[in-house]
Amino acid sequence: MWVEIGIAAIKTGAILGVVMALAGVFGWFERKVSAYMQDRVGANRCSVFGFAGAGLINTIMADPLKFATKEDFVPAGVDRLLHTLAPCVNFFPVLVAFAAIPFGDVLEAGGRSINLQAVPLNVGVLYILAMVSLSVYGVVLGGWASNNRFSLLGGIRGSAQMISYELAMGLSIVAMVMTYGTLDLQTMVRAQGHLIGGWLPAWGVLYQPLAFLLFLTAGMAETKRSPFDLPEGESELVAGYFIEFSGVKYLMFFMTDFIEVAVVAGLLTTMFFGGWQVPYLMRDGFHFPLGVTVALPHLLVVALQIVSFLLKVVFFGWLQCLIRWTLPRIRYDQLMGLGWKGLLPVSLANVLATAVVILAWQA
Amino acid sequence: MHPVLFLILAALLIVSALCVVLQPSPVRSALSLVVTLFLMAVTFLLLDAQLVAALQVVVYAGAIVVLFLFVIMLLNLRDEPRALARLGTQATALVLGSLFLLALIRFLVTPPKLSASASAATGMATPVSADFGSAQVLAERLFTHYLLAFEVTSVLLLVAIIGAVVLAKRKLV
Amino acid sequence: MAEQYLPALVTFCLAGGLVATFAVLGKLLGPQRSTPLKGDAFECGNPPSGSARERFPVRFYLTAILFIVFDVEVVFLYPWAVVFRQLGWFGFAEMLVFVAVLAIALLYVWKKGALEWE
Repeated sequence: MWVEIGIAAIKTGAILGVVMALAGVFGWFERKVSAYMQDRVGANRCSVFGFAGAGLINTIMADPLKFATKEDFVPAGVDRLLHTLAPCVNFFPVLVAFAAIPFGDVLEAGGRSINLQAVPLNVGVLYILAMVSLSVYGVVLGGWASNNRFSLLGGIRGSAQMISYELAMGLSIVAMVMTYGTLDLQTMVRAQGHLIGGWLPAWGVLYQPLAFLLFLTAGMAETKRSPFDLPEGESELVAGYFIEFSGVKYLMFFMTDFIEVAVVAGLLTTMFFGGWQVPYLMRDGFHFPLGVTVALPHLLVVALQIVSFLLKVVFFGWLQCLIRWTLPRIRYDQLMGLGWKGLLPVSLANVLATAVVILAWQA
Repeated sequence: MHPVLFLILAALLIVSALCVVLQPSPVRSALSLVVTLFLMAVTFLLLDAQLVAALQVVVYAGAIVVLFLFVIMLLNLRDEPRALARLGTQATALVLGSLFLLALIRFLVTPPKLSASASAATGMATPVSADFGSAQVLAERLFTHYLLAFEVTSVLLLVAIIGAVVLAKRKLV
Repeated sequence: MAEQYLPALVTFCLAGGLVATFAVLGKLLGPQRSTPLKGDAFECGNPPSGSARERFPVRFYLTAILFIVFDVEVVFLYPWAVVFRQLGWFGFAEMLVFVAVLAIALLYVWKKGALEWE
């Protein structure tokens, strides 16, 4: 049993490290890549021994250190326990949600086949949905624990927005569950390994393009990123529900934003773009369509799969940052209208249409 | 189910449930309720009811307690001062609570025979299949044997929505 | 049977440790010079205008109730999605009735204007 605990700890430690690294990478996207897109220079002042790393030093080393060493002042009249708890409650569910995403096939090492998924559950999809539901509490508590009416306004609006779009997310995931017939994420990724017509990788987006768009939209609204970032409302509410948090608490809220981007990107790759699957790569090597096979050692196959997963997650994180820096913010009533009157009926119709198509195909 | 694990969980559950009722601040009570529900979901996991555990967190801890928090914030509920009730009320509460506890203990020690199956005769639990609480098995039972309950649930939800809208919109007229 | 949840427990403990580390780090590393002015609510430089606790519109409550009801609907859709191939057209008809009743509920709420002006 201790060996299993050790293996699980290593897997989880690796995933948590990757998550923090991804948060840093997406933060760098937000500062430097957005700067280049907006035709300005961005952050370039911090450097280590003259090496400024195109803003990487600034984002990954200087920013966290700055946040950690700032004074953590608590406004008067707040419940101190809730004030400390709010960023923790915001941060924790997204960390454990990312841990359920499979990042590779099996690794054969030391006579064991290790499933490369930190939390292998056969109700994996529902577990992620549960963690996303729990992340609403961080927003609500952040708004309430601040003794500031603008903070409370941002918090309540933010949580109302999050719960409205959780429904559309859940329903687009239902469509994917119907396509693959399982709630387990690793099984879903493995099912995307076969080829349609002998040459096209059977990725989820080919079966459910509408669900992909719905999930992308709902995911971006769920993480309260532009164009849906009215609860944060940088030009109106300053920082919305996390105005009164400083120092490490603000760092935790900030990192949660980027880790949520990583979770949405991870789910998009897992369900719609084949997860860790590399096209034409099977467990023993490449099998190209025209009969060309290239045998590869097992460790190289595993490494390729992990790299493929990371590249896809980074790509979808970049896509979300791109959308953020392109579209203007939409108004709150338009936002809620889109969630309830637009995405919810469309995703319900998508589920029913998928059922009809699959049942008719079966008959 | 592993006894030590269950005892630890039960102790944590009792502590968090006590926090729900003993905290003066309503928001802290609601958060203790979230912890209690989460621990209940873990208990369901240990009883092999995986789907129910996940749904407990998604619906109960993730939606209903959010509603509680919204109501607390909408109504701007203040902390309740800890005040003891009158002596007569305390005595009645003590008697009723003790009776309830005694009834619970009696029914846990010798459970009543509810069905005429073999398990009731021997008093031992029947072994369940390997995929007992999984989504497949539960879904197959739900949508075949319990179809009527399922459809009635939809009507119940419709009634709940209509009731909520009527109650909420009344003030704005 | 409980061994399959061991990785989940390990993950929770590690993530909890990480979060606790962050929380403690803030208390340790930052200076603590509190003045009364720092305790005021932040309103972009204006002095704080009144209490933070005011009554909020009831439509947030309506949104939460609607969310609960439709969340229960989604929760019923998940087990059906796993086995709907075995249940065939009869199962589809059952689910269609369920979704139709809740679609009527959504339509009612829409027409009543409870989804407006969020």
